[in-house]
Amino acid sequence: MSIRAAAAGSQTAEAEEVLGPAEARRQAHQASQPAAAGAPAPQAWEPLIVAFCCNWCSYAGADLAGTSRLGYPPNVRVIRVPCSGRVNPLFIVKAFQSGADGVLVAGCHPGDCHYSTGNYFTRRRFLLFRRLLEFIGVEPGRFHARWISGSEGPKFAQVMTEITQEVRRLGPNRMLRDARDVQ
Amino acid sequence: MKIAYYPGCSLHSTGIEYDLSGRRVCQDLDIELQELPDWTCCGASSAHVTDHVLALALPARNLALADDLGLDVTAPCAACYNRLQVTRHELAHDPKLRQEVEELLGRPYTGRAAVRSLVDLVASVGEEAVRQRTRRPLRGLKVAAYYGCLLVRPAGILQPDDPENPQGLDRILAAAGAEPVEWPFKTECCGASFALTDHTEVVTRLVAQLVDGAQAAGAEAIVTACPLCHSNLDMRQETAPGATPLPVYYFTELLGIAFGHSAAELGIGKHSIDGTQLLAQHGWSQAV
Amino acid sequence: MKRIGVFICWCGSNIAGTVDVEKVAEAARSMPGVVYATDYKYTCSEPGQQMIKDAIREQHLTGVVIGSCSPRMHEKTFRKTVESAGLNPYLLEVANLREHCSWVHPREEATTRKAIDLVRAAVAKVARNHPLHQGHIPVEKRALVIGGGIAGIQAALDIAESGYETVLVEREPSIGGRMAQLDKTFPTLDCSACILTPKMVDVSRHDKVTLLTYSEVEKVEGYIGNFTVTVRRKAAYVDHSKCTGCGLCMEKCPAKKIPSEFEMSLGRRTAIYRPFPQAVPNKPVIDREHCLKFKTGKCGVCAHFCPRGAIDYEQQDQRVTLHVGAIVVATGYDLFDPALYSEYGYGRYPDVITGLHFERLVNSSGPTGGHIVRPSDHKEPKNVVFIQCVGSRDEAKGVSYCSKICCMYTAKHAILLAEHVPGAHPYVFYMDVRTAGKGYEEFYKRATEEFGATYIRGRVSKVYPRGDKLVVRGEDTLLGKPVEIEADLVVLANAVVARHDAAEVARSVGFSYDGHHFFTEAHPKLAPVETNTAGVFLAGVCQGPKDIPETVAQASAAAAKVVALFSKDQMATNPMTAQVDPACCAGCMLCEPVCPYHAIRPETIQERVGGKAISRQVASVNEGLCQGCGACTAACRTGCIDLKGYTHQQILAEVEALCL
Repeated sequence: MSIRAAAAGSQTAEAEEVLGPAEARRQAHQASQPAAAGAPAPQAWEPLIVAFCCNWCSYAGADLAGTSRLGYPPNVRVIRVPCSGRVNPLFIVKAFQSGADGVLVAGCHPGDCHYSTGNYFTRRRFLLFRRLLEFIGVEPGRFHARWISGSEGPKFAQVMTEITQEVRRLGPNRMLRDARDVQ
Repeated sequence: MKIAYYPGCSLHSTGIEYDLSGRRVCQDLDIELQELPDWTCCGASSAHVTDHVLALALPARNLALADDLGLDVTAPCAACYNRLQVTRHELAHDPKLRQEVEELLGRPYTGRAAVRSLVDLVASVGEEAVRQRTRRPLRGLKVAAYYGCLLVRPAGILQPDDPENPQGLDRILAAAGAEPVEWPFKTECCGASFALTDHTEVVTRLVAQLVDGAQAAGAEAIVTACPLCHSNLDMRQETAPGATPLPVYYFTELLGIAFGHSAAELGIGKHSIDGTQLLAQHGWSQAV
Repeated sequence: MKRIGVFICWCGSNIAGTVDVEKVAEAARSMPGVVYATDYKYTCSEPGQQMIKDAIREQHLTGVVIGSCSPRMHEKTFRKTVESAGLNPYLLEVANLREHCSWVHPREEATTRKAIDLVRAAVAKVARNHPLHQGHIPVEKRALVIGGGIAGIQAALDIAESGYETVLVEREPSIGGRMAQLDKTFPTLDCSACILTPKMVDVSRHDKVTLLTYSEVEKVEGYIGNFTVTVRRKAAYVDHSKCTGCGLCMEKCPAKKIPSEFEMSLGRRTAIYRPFPQAVPNKPVIDREHCLKFKTGKCGVCAHFCPRGAIDYEQQDQRVTLHVGAIVVATGYDLFDPALYSEYGYGRYPDVITGLHFERLVNSSGPTGGHIVRPSDHKEPKNVVFIQCVGSRDEAKGVSYCSKICCMYTAKHAILLAEHVPGAHPYVFYMDVRTAGKGYEEFYKRATEEFGATYIRGRVSKVYPRGDKLVVRGEDTLLGKPVEIEADLVVLANAVVARHDAAEVARSVGFSYDGHHFFTEAHPKLAPVETNTAGVFLAGVCQGPKDIPETVAQASAAAAKVVALFSKDQMATNPMTAQVDPACCAGCMLCEPVCPYHAIRPETIQERVGGKAISRQVASVNEGLCQGCGACTAACRTGCIDLKGYTHQQILAEVEALCL
């Protein structure tokens, strides 16, 4: 199955398999939908942030934040990838489609990539992609690319806190949502 | 080739012979000079120690005038050349400063007009052109080509061929038949900025070093491309009784002699140290 | 049908103290494909692992999710666990419930909800995992060392001593490199030749070492364990199998005035020559450019006098193909051209020389027999000015970095000058004196205190002749005064720079280099001798400026890496590599340039379209070279390259599961 078919996976039987029972968060989220014109209901809605972290730097940075017990909001969910260069822009579209309110791609600092050049591609790719997202109406504050090294536990916690705050301020994401959510 | 001409204050006063000879040499080399209409002082030697923005605004006005003509601009005086180049560089790299200067001038500044020194301009016409135009080769004349500071520094902005051992002036003089000597003080300072203060003893000391250096290298004359250097070297040589001082020429004066003009046409008679005697010694007495 | 087992670890109270582990296990039970879920106090413990193995067998599990600490901690442990229960080790996913959850969030419902989300993502992923198998590639147990300086010699000796065949390639007629040109070494003042030449002889005599001098590596293909290398053996016009090295040809050669490269043009050599008397191999080569026989067709004196008939004017370059498993690159360095600082007058004034010239002047087998004299008039200099940082630490005109060795060798030169020339006075203009190293500061102290070197902190603005002296004009920044010294000789400590052709070497062997063209190590701290190309290692100054002890240490380290590689017959490869689906690959090859390992190459495949056989180009991944970064997968327009273990499907399923 190609990536396009996979990205459209919500319609396929295989993807149906992963659709578990909706969580309270989701229901709360949908409950907040009618309030779209006004401010989101603050108690009910909690932002969901998906963070793609490279295995060698940012994921290790997140681990260090853990070992150092540096707290940050529980709204962030990390997906481990070998390199930030592995992150296909479609993954981000998919995250927004599936209900994420913010997305972060985090990799090694430029020059420090475990695979030597992966993060340079990330940088170029997501500079462009961010503009595209902005063009189609996704606020730039919902999508971030950051460099976090394996020794930067405090930075990881800080970035997560900042992004959560920013996304919370922006309210629930409505762009790119799957048709089934908008009904 | 046509280029805007920015003579600067010196070339209308103390350095008038540079103006006279420069115009003649350019004419001979088919370089058409169009003097900037309504040009003003570039502020060299005083503005940049007083007010940074003023020091940029004064040259910027003259650059803008060249822009109006749609021409690049040449400044024979090394100090003017230096100020124009530095201004162009700074305004190109600092949009805020440029805006400030434009507001002061009350007119736009584009930075299109490039700035060239007269040495660079003549060199760009080519050694071959100089050689062909030469009627009276300066054979046997040993000269020390003196660039001073302002033609080569700051190197990052002026981009000379070699800031420590430049060659442009040497090549032009060699093309005219002269023998430039290898000497180590090509780009040493003559102390010009102290010439206008009451610390002229500094200038005297620096000038002495240059003259001694040129003489040690076997030069019979020093050749400059700057009215400030010229006046310092020409007026502040302290010679022992009986010894002859070293004549100091503008490079355009020597080119003019080589091209067949007379010393009088070129203004060589206006020097403090007689410049005609050496020419006569070399057998170019018709020129004198 | 998927049968997934989920094991939630308490990690004592580390996870269970914050996350409601029972609730997580309960939630897992209703996740698609999950047939078994439980929680346990210490999953990584022996009974914990046994529990997993039992469950795999009893429940016939096809996938395992463990919600525990970071996969960077115990993924390997649990892979072994599932493998020992008969399941493919890659049918395991770890949900990071400790570092990413319980340790960073408070004890509240949201934290448990996050834990459930993380487990659901892992379940969704593992449902799409496929069994992966480590590949094995055979290792050719022969090493290639490029460069026969001290780094290459040391690496070759260490590898050969461990019992492996080593080929040492050197482009000059002799091994020895820069160290052979040095007189003494700091801080012990050991004679450089005395410690180097025995090693040169050892390496040339070693039965495991093949020495290819006067040869250059032209092409490297293949990958770790399996490189194919083409070496060009330049024609020496002397048959070295016949030559005894008697030297008669050099004695008789009429072209005697050729500036010797080894002597930095301070000495002369003949057209048939060896670079220096202790050369290894001690056999001459003919320099075609200066040889009268080649220039005019007349001469042939060497052939006439050679008692063995070894001279062969018809000899041609030869190409040799080598198969090696590992490569050590030790190509050394060049020196910065000090003529770019025209204020110092190098190239215009003969008595302005460089540090390497000084080495040759002070060396007893050098062109002056060890007498320090001025190149201009062969007079002994008294006042000698040493100028440091000529090119180094100067972003405007030179290079930004510190060349590391100059402070110490200048102190050495000051001492050698004072020892050789009675009454001589060394002056050193410096920016900082950097003496980090064992015994280095003490050595510098000796230069100043015992040998009376005058150190002046400041830059030199100009060097110019006055009579037969050189006036050095500079600034003493500590006194805030200009200084002028009348010197007899000026010695410039010019910067260490990469070889002029370093970039070409890096490209042909296939690894990266930095902005200064020094070769880039795989990791500046943890992999300082590896390159980002597996199987290629670095030693010596080609990687960055360093002194002899450091060079030797790095060479031995590179050798240790090679030996470790050779200690196995086969090498396990990472199975998480990229994979092309040739059916949908359009052959655009956009993936090729993004691959940092040159692992993707075009390949021609045969297909039948509409009953006709056609051939077309598709991308193909060399699994030996692929390191599994996945950059190609994101560059692929058609989405036809996937990364095993991190497939599009797996990641998209994770995204979707997290966002429920």
